[in-house]
Amino acid sequence: MAIEKILKDEASEEKGERARMASFVGAMAIAELVKTTLGPKGMDKILQSTGRGHQVTVTNDGATILKSLHIDNPAAKVLVDISKVQDDEVGDGTTSVVVLAGELLREAEKLVAAKIHPMTIISGFRMAAECARDALLQKVVDNKENAEKFKSDLMKIAMTTLSSKILSQDKEYFAQLAVDAVLRLKGSTNLEAIHIIKKPGGSLKDSFLDEGFILDKKIGVGQPKTIENAKILVANTAMDTDKVKIYGARVRVDSMSRVAEIETAEKEKMREKVQKIIAHGINCFVNRQLIYNFPEELFADAGILAIEHADFDGIERLALVTGGEIASTFDNPESVKLGHCKLIEEIMIGEDKLIHFSGVEMGQACTIVLRGASQHVLDEAERSLHDALCVLSQTVNDSRVLLGGGWPEMVMAKAVDELARKTPGKKSHAIDAFSRALVAIPTTIADNAGLDSAELIAQLRAEHQKEECNAGIDVISGSAGDMAELGISESFKVKQAVLLSATEAAEMILRVDEIITCAPRRREDRM
Amino acid sequence: MALAFDEFGRPFIIIKEQEQKTRLRGLEAQRANISAGKAVARILRTSLGPKGMDKMLQSPDGDVTITNDGATILEQMDVDNQIAKLMVELSRSQDYEIGDGTTGVVVMAGGLLEQAEHLLERGIHPIRIAEGYEMASRIASDHLEHIAQKFDFGMTNIEPLVQTCMTTLSSKIVNRCKRSLAEIAVKAVLAVADLERKDVNLDLIKVEGKVGGKLEDTELIYGITVDKDMSHPQMPKQIEDAKIAILTCPFEPPKPKTKHKVDIDTVEKFQTLRQQEQKYFDDMVQKCKDVGATLVICQWGFDDEANHLLMHRNLPAVRWVGGVELELIAIATGGRIVPRFQELTPEKLGRAGLVREKSFGTTKDKMLYIEHCANSRAVTIFIRGGNKMMIEETKRSIHDALCVARNLIRNNSIVYGGGSAEISCAIAVETAADKYPGVEQYAIRAFADALDSIPMALAENSGLQPIETLSVVKSQQIKENNPYCGIDCNDVGTNDMREQNVFETLIGKQQQILLATQVVKMILKIDDVISPSEY
Repeated sequence: MAIEKILKDEASEEKGERARMASFVGAMAIAELVKTTLGPKGMDKILQSTGRGHQVTVTNDGATILKSLHIDNPAAKVLVDISKVQDDEVGDGTTSVVVLAGELLREAEKLVAAKIHPMTIISGFRMAAECARDALLQKVVDNKENAEKFKSDLMKIAMTTLSSKILSQDKEYFAQLAVDAVLRLKGSTNLEAIHIIKKPGGSLKDSFLDEGFILDKKIGVGQPKTIENAKILVANTAMDTDKVKIYGARVRVDSMSRVAEIETAEKEKMREKVQKIIAHGINCFVNRQLIYNFPEELFADAGILAIEHADFDGIERLALVTGGEIASTFDNPESVKLGHCKLIEEIMIGEDKLIHFSGVEMGQACTIVLRGASQHVLDEAERSLHDALCVLSQTVNDSRVLLGGGWPEMVMAKAVDELARKTPGKKSHAIDAFSRALVAIPTTIADNAGLDSAELIAQLRAEHQKEECNAGIDVISGSAGDMAELGISESFKVKQAVLLSATEAAEMILRVDEIITCAPRRREDRM
Repeated sequence: MALAFDEFGRPFIIIKEQEQKTRLRGLEAQRANISAGKAVARILRTSLGPKGMDKMLQSPDGDVTITNDGATILEQMDVDNQIAKLMVELSRSQDYEIGDGTTGVVVMAGGLLEQAEHLLERGIHPIRIAEGYEMASRIASDHLEHIAQKFDFGMTNIEPLVQTCMTTLSSKIVNRCKRSLAEIAVKAVLAVADLERKDVNLDLIKVEGKVGGKLEDTELIYGITVDKDMSHPQMPKQIEDAKIAILTCPFEPPKPKTKHKVDIDTVEKFQTLRQQEQKYFDDMVQKCKDVGATLVICQWGFDDEANHLLMHRNLPAVRWVGGVELELIAIATGGRIVPRFQELTPEKLGRAGLVREKSFGTTKDKMLYIEHCANSRAVTIFIRGGNKMMIEETKRSIHDALCVARNLIRNNSIVYGGGSAEISCAIAVETAADKYPGVEQYAIRAFADALDSIPMALAENSGLQPIETLSVVKSQQIKENNPYCGIDCNDVGTNDMREQNVFETLIGKQQQILLATQVVKMILKIDDVISPSEY
């Protein structure tokens, strides 16, 4: 008799070899997809959303590309996931991690075809990953003590990160921008304090870092346009109609005159509130919520600059920058900390008017104004800059630095190769495969740059047999070059995260021997 | 389909909408049920043991889960068949009761069903088989007690516990750092264990996960973590010797539950109402301040004004903390949950040595750590890992390890793993079988064969020759009279599980055998399946 069906109607079940094939193929397809964006000569992708307006994004950021894909293959989802985590955690290397995981699976597929048990492959991969990490640890340079050198390290890392992005033309300029911004953070990883404003127009070179703070808002009508030695009150309070918050309160009156009376009382209340605010001795008032015309007028009369509807982030940053506290009640003016700054003025960037706070007390926050030809360029520039900022802020905390340009991969590959030779048993095949997967990254970089990868990698491999070798791929001249001289560096933390998450993901996919897909949830028919 | 006919051959309608139902009877029904049960067992079979493989499951919404935890696989599989659902239940009850061995129990049941099929073919009545199984399971369970060993551990000597947890963890994806995870699990359990009553309330152990970092960063926190941050960005990020007011009332104007209306008809009323409101906010904050609280944890939200007042009075606060977390905080800090501001007294405050906010990664992820609590009976295991699936799987693995540690504290008897206990039971059942007269003898013998299915699956998954390995180990057990020989899954080179330090809890094993037998008995007793037809 026929075996009973166990699963639901539309569910599918794939077993053993088929399941493994499905996940390998899916994972490799994803890796192939982002492969061409790797390296300084990597290409960009256009992503068109299916939503209304068919918005277009041009990017070569791995995480952004993968995030926008709708993927059905479960194994591919694992890769998308690691790329997202890499983005959250270190900000850069989102492409590398996917490519490495893809290469590991490609090698694993060959081993599985050669009848090596996946568990053996996994234990080999693990040993190899451990060994590769140790190899890197031995080669790291830590310049934390030497501020001058450390800054140049940061500069190099920023340039390396930016060189694969749209900003590569002006990478020195932007690297300087990013390093300055991150150093202002003084070790905190809170990138919120760095405010990026995008304004179309001008060229990328016109972008600048502002020491102060720029708020994308207009100054109220009839109020002073510049204020020197400003005392700022940052507030989050209702300045429209200050409602009575007690539940169930409502106005019930029996004549028109009463309505008028209550309205006056309301106005009076507002006036009192404004008076209280003015009593703080301020000359600038920034509120998160709307300010209606009536209080605005009162402020204008008192010669106070009132800025309404600054969004939540803006308020928080402004409070950070000026050192004031966010206030919601105004009864004790003496104990509210006010923010200070030297000068508030209205500035023009392109067509738009912005408010500029300069000479602020706490130097933690700053603003980067990006200019560029179109919104797409700006978006991509922001992403690139964000990557650079992330990497830098992580490097400030963990100051270990490696060389770039495929150098770390070659170092790891060499160490792993040696391990493979020493390991008895079937595992050595897996370890060998791991080293091949590592070499695939410089190979891809070279391929993307249109170089003869086979030749180059062979040269690199030979170079690396020597002690203390700094050889990597010099994409500009198309040959093996000294990475230390060329000033190409990468953060150790990023490389380590790439190595470990890629291995983890590959391991996870390898362990699977059965895929069970549940029946898709039925949409309710609304016909 | 008809059940009965009258003298003219017309069917009596007995079941409602009889024509639309399919029906299986007698041997047919048993066969169908057995084959369904076996199919489920077959899916799990490859996940057994340290070299078991994982399953990738895609939910109806497209989310992917990768796991080798039997209970999770079955639950996510969304099975349709009724008998398969029984197997799912079986695995789940093992999970609730013991927490570990969820795969083994299903494989065991599968083995029993397979043997039952052979016996049915020989014409043995299902009830006789069921009874034979019942007898055999009692023999096996007694035998387990016989070969079980007590082992000693104490607060200082946790090594044996760690070893047991490591056995559990070694079959999971986290086996790369099983040592550290096992230690974390054991320490967590010991921290909350009530050694005198020999009980552990696992609710006191909170398992939190956050994506990012690596598995090695997983840590045990003697305190509570809350996935929240301070309500006002400028509140202090670190508080030492915190006195915590735990509130379940919002910092908002009162909201009586009965319907009411406050009518405003004069200017005076409007103004008094306003003053009332301000006073109300002020009072709330003042009350917290008066009792000496230095941190407010609230289940509900704050009004903007209240928030600023709190900030102003230098009273840090956390809002929107979930009910479960609130309870844990109360337990850990020794505070009381206060439902009204009026009832706030200094005695009801909780105490913690250190409260700090910690941020992660490049995004604005923040968590609140409450540490060095007055009563460290609540702990948190904080898992880090490469991706979401990894964390979920680690959570499940840690859960298993916690359960194992708890079971050991409840009952410190162990049996050796690696299939040794099953083989030993099989031998005992086999010898016992001969003493039973009657048809049950066959069933008991079949039970012994079914017990072999677990070591067999272990050997198969480890890439060994299953039959050859099993027979070698079995003969060795009989020859040396050593019930600790098992399958050498990790290729260590010895069969003696005492040397490999692979052991499992006695109650876990007993429960496995009893539960599996019960379910199989139930399946065997079914002789009629009536189900609504497809359309």
